[in-house]
Amino acid sequence: MTEIKNSNWRLRKGQIVAARQMTDLEKWFEIKLEDGDLDHEPGQFVQVEIYGVGEAPISVCSSPTKRGTFELTVRAAGRLTRHMHSLGKGDWLGIRGPFGKPFPVKLMTGNDLLFVAGGLGIAPLRSLINYVMDNRREFGKVDILLGCRTPKDMLFGEEIEQWQKRLDVNFSCTVDRTAPDWKGNVGLITSLIPGVTINPEKTFGVVVGPPIMYKFVIAELLKKDMPERQIILSLERHMKCGMGKCGHCQIDHPKNYYCCKDGPTFTYEEVKEAKRF
Amino acid sequence: MNYHILKKDGLDGFVKKLARQMKVCAPVAKGHGAFAFEEVSSAAEISLKYVPTILPPKKYFMPPREKMLDFDLNGDKPKDAANLEPEKLALFGVHTCDLAGIQCLNMVFSERPRDYNYLLRKENIFIIGLECNEYCDGNASCALVGNHYPNGGYDLFFTDLGDRFIVHVNTQKGEELAESLELPKAAPTDLSALEKARDAKKHVFQNEIGVGPKLLPEIFSRGMESKVWQELGRRCVSCGNCTNVCPTCYCFDVSDTINLDMKTGYRTRTWDSCQFETFAAVAGGENFREERAHRQRHRYYRKFKYPLDKFYRSFCTGCGRCTRACMAKISLKDTLKTLAAGYK
Repeated sequence: MTEIKNSNWRLRKGQIVAARQMTDLEKWFEIKLEDGDLDHEPGQFVQVEIYGVGEAPISVCSSPTKRGTFELTVRAAGRLTRHMHSLGKGDWLGIRGPFGKPFPVKLMTGNDLLFVAGGLGIAPLRSLINYVMDNRREFGKVDILLGCRTPKDMLFGEEIEQWQKRLDVNFSCTVDRTAPDWKGNVGLITSLIPGVTINPEKTFGVVVGPPIMYKFVIAELLKKDMPERQIILSLERHMKCGMGKCGHCQIDHPKNYYCCKDGPTFTYEEVKEAKRF
Repeated sequence: MNYHILKKDGLDGFVKKLARQMKVCAPVAKGHGAFAFEEVSSAAEISLKYVPTILPPKKYFMPPREKMLDFDLNGDKPKDAANLEPEKLALFGVHTCDLAGIQCLNMVFSERPRDYNYLLRKENIFIIGLECNEYCDGNASCALVGNHYPNGGYDLFFTDLGDRFIVHVNTQKGEELAESLELPKAAPTDLSALEKARDAKKHVFQNEIGVGPKLLPEIFSRGMESKVWQELGRRCVSCGNCTNVCPTCYCFDVSDTINLDMKTGYRTRTWDSCQFETFAAVAGGENFREERAHRQRHRYYRKFKYPLDKFYRSFCTGCGRCTRACMAKISLKDTLKTLAAGYK
């Protein structure tokens, strides 16, 4: 018997050090790896293994500037994620990764940033937003637009309150359907974009949300003359191996990108010919 | 490198001697005109004239089910290890199309992050190729992709010269084996006989679809919206036969099994198929390749477009297995012809 010590299938051991139910569907986890930091970059993902149940790809929602632990926000959508909701502090997970091409943080340096997050898209985007907050002087004007279905679906509520208070960030948010105590905007996320003033040549738009959202948000950004290669998306596919091999996450595009290796972040210029976002 | 000679009546002795050194697998007749690579111990069991086996040799490099990781949940925290027992193996009688298929998989799995399970198995497999002097059947399209001649990928390579095989030695390992089995060196007359056999093949093997292979990338670049995909989609039953039997299809699924003790278990890699309805579905409910037409199109593009950009070679080896195994009689050659006709 040969032990493959450098097998890429081996798992790093992560222990949940804190967990909190955020909404009916989403739970937040803070995880500490026994072998040190995750050492990821904003926009990357990990494969989370619950031993005996299986694996699923999950975006890291914390910034690498936060050391010691990393965070995941998990929607109970499939078999593994439903199981994951039954886990809490002290439970162990297997972790592979980080995987994927991160947001082009270096290229963004010195530019204005417009973040557009729809629903759970705030999770991967938060890794970048918090990175930018922690390195705030490296960037120009920062606008954050957030859309969710109803006020109670909003994630990271306390943090968002902080963003709203900060003077170096412009934050707006909208809900599709209102609730009695909601005083903010009502309408789709696209309705917020015309109100933002941008200098298109020096602005990066970073858009993360459900597949249906991309087409409409991108159209609004193009209307503002934002260059195609400065519109950054993070696409969703089922990455089963994370190593560009298993085939599940391949995108129908002339370049046949593997979402796990060539993405999940892409410029609009790279993926505009894709059959679907 | 060297050429040796093996008389046909010496083949049995060759196989038996080889079988004493390692497990030997070769094409064996399974009835109904079908063949399979199986363990053999004598030449009598081997079918030298065979239509490509039901499953290609990839089953030895990437088994249909393969354990990737053992885990143990006893104790404070989980433990795991990737263990593999690679089998020392000689594949005998591998056609040039399947040699090409193995070369394709080699490229995929040696690309970083590497797949050490595959690489470890590969290192333990000795490959003996066998030349086709004529077509196996009408489903093959090896001449289209240039795989009717050997393009490397073997340790030893046999060509039938009537009463004897001329054996091309391609590796040091091959040379050592040829010498240990005391195969005599080939004479100049043997080499000219080989040249003659290769020449004769020029007339036997002709481009099967009447369109130059250099034109295929362009045909595929422009063929995304061709009606042929809808037509295939109407007939396809999404059974996954075509991908299972393909020598270069390697897509897989990974799943966990927990043992009855509820404390130990393992992760398994299983062959998967892009033809299955949920292959590109995500947990949120979105399915990125919902239609059969799009899944069939995807399969063809994974043979004729994507690997050409990425690996500079076609991942269709021309073996014809997908056509033979298709329950809906979808023919690769016909599909290419229709696609090419639309391009003109």
